[in-house]
Amino acid sequence: MIDLNPLVLTFKLAVVTTIILFFVSVPLAYWLAYSKSKAKPVVEALVSMPLVLPPTVIGFYMLLAFSPSNAFGGWLEDWIGLRLVFSFEGLVLGSVIYSLPFMVQPIQAGFSNLSPDLKRASYVMGKSRLTTLNRVLLPNIKTSLLTGIVLAFAHTIGEFGVVLMIGGNISGKTRVASIAIYDQVESMNYDVANAYSLILFALTFIILLAVYLLNGGYFKRIRR
Amino acid sequence: MIELSIQKELRSSGGKMLLDIELSVGKGDIVTLYGRSGAGKTSLLMLLAGLMRPDSGFIRADGQTWTDTQKRIWRRPQERNVGLVFQEYALFPNMTVMENLSYAMRKGQKDEREHLVEIMDLKELKNRKPDTLSGGQKQRVALARALVNKPSLLLLDEPLSALDQDMRGKLQQYILQVHREYGLTTILISHDATEIIKMSDYVMEMELGRVIRKATPGEIFTHEKLNAKFQFTGEVMKMSRQDFIVIVTVLVGRELVKVVANDSEVEGMEVGDRVLIASKAFNPVIHKIS
Repeated sequence: MIDLNPLVLTFKLAVVTTIILFFVSVPLAYWLAYSKSKAKPVVEALVSMPLVLPPTVIGFYMLLAFSPSNAFGGWLEDWIGLRLVFSFEGLVLGSVIYSLPFMVQPIQAGFSNLSPDLKRASYVMGKSRLTTLNRVLLPNIKTSLLTGIVLAFAHTIGEFGVVLMIGGNISGKTRVASIAIYDQVESMNYDVANAYSLILFALTFIILLAVYLLNGGYFKRIRR
Repeated sequence: MIELSIQKELRSSGGKMLLDIELSVGKGDIVTLYGRSGAGKTSLLMLLAGLMRPDSGFIRADGQTWTDTQKRIWRRPQERNVGLVFQEYALFPNMTVMENLSYAMRKGQKDEREHLVEIMDLKELKNRKPDTLSGGQKQRVALARALVNKPSLLLLDEPLSALDQDMRGKLQQYILQVHREYGLTTILISHDATEIIKMSDYVMEMELGRVIRKATPGEIFTHEKLNAKFQFTGEVMKMSRQDFIVIVTVLVGRELVKVVANDSEVEGMEVGDRVLIASKAFNPVIHKIS
């Protein structure tokens, strides 16, 4: 029987990352969609960086920044008691940064595609920005939200470079499935590697399939 | 009573343009803003609604100052109680017709929903989502929604231009009816001469960010040299030549009218042109028809 810990850890990481990302990305995407600030292109570029930058680069700099032997990392550990290298918290932070564009971009596109008249109409009715966001804008970009959530979730499951750099390979703590696979292949345990791989393959396929079925309105059409 | 004097630099595809407008609209009036696209009509509505901030100037409505750059007064759109109707309706797709009306209600506002449902003929549609409605139905909902808070000012941004002739006629009646019943001050953007003549007390013609003319619809759409007893505007549907004359078929409202014209009259005229048909030297006969 294979060790299920890496799989459990992977999904725990994906769930935590996705939840944090959702609450970070909605305001960020809102700002990116509606702001006319001159800083916007800079922020857009930064958010999109993880799409093109090798994950090892992100992981490497995070490793440097959060190492307790450095000023910032030392301060974090001394004052907040938070160690971000070789720990689950570090994995979460790395994943949040690494998967940020996958959550932000669909939501931003969703906001941008909504008619600006919806927002205007709501303001004229005396509704605040927050009420407008919660009751008008977000309910009308549900598919974008769902796309963002699933992409961020699936992308977090699939990550390797960032996790390896900042988390290492500590059993039960930072050894997620993708690293366990690498580890098993290195030790020539192809059967175990294959078992992990098949499970990841099947699960991610099911998740993505479910989203495309829901988003494509497939079930709606069948019900009619 | 709306009084404003406003300057605002607008950036559009055609470059910069200064919107510089001074106007006053009497309580209970229906005023049409008329002019080419890009003249600043929609921007003026946005400024009135508080969805755009002026560079300088003031807006006063019924004794309240909505904005005054000198006194640093700024009321957000939420604090102005304006009704705004968009060309593309802007109904909230996630809410039913009734939910759209309920969402619009302000706290402490007397519930006008049932009454509006009644006068706008929305009873059958109450629980439908906007996606399932026709253009005319959507615009009725949008109009009802804009009136839920009994606004002092109703702004209509080309509300009927996406609808067919038949539906337009009906919607114009609805607008006139609620305008009277709610004692509204209404500002309408329209390009349609028939609509403007039917609806408005007077017209402000705009060009390049300025009001260039304030006049009655009759003065804007008729030639001054004519002093006719009868005149209609319409659209040329067909022109056929018979010997020395040309028979022009014109659509006036929903009626086709045939007019005999000579060569000089039809010079440069083409199918699709808007024309004015006028007649002076005859006595109209009037009959009761119903």
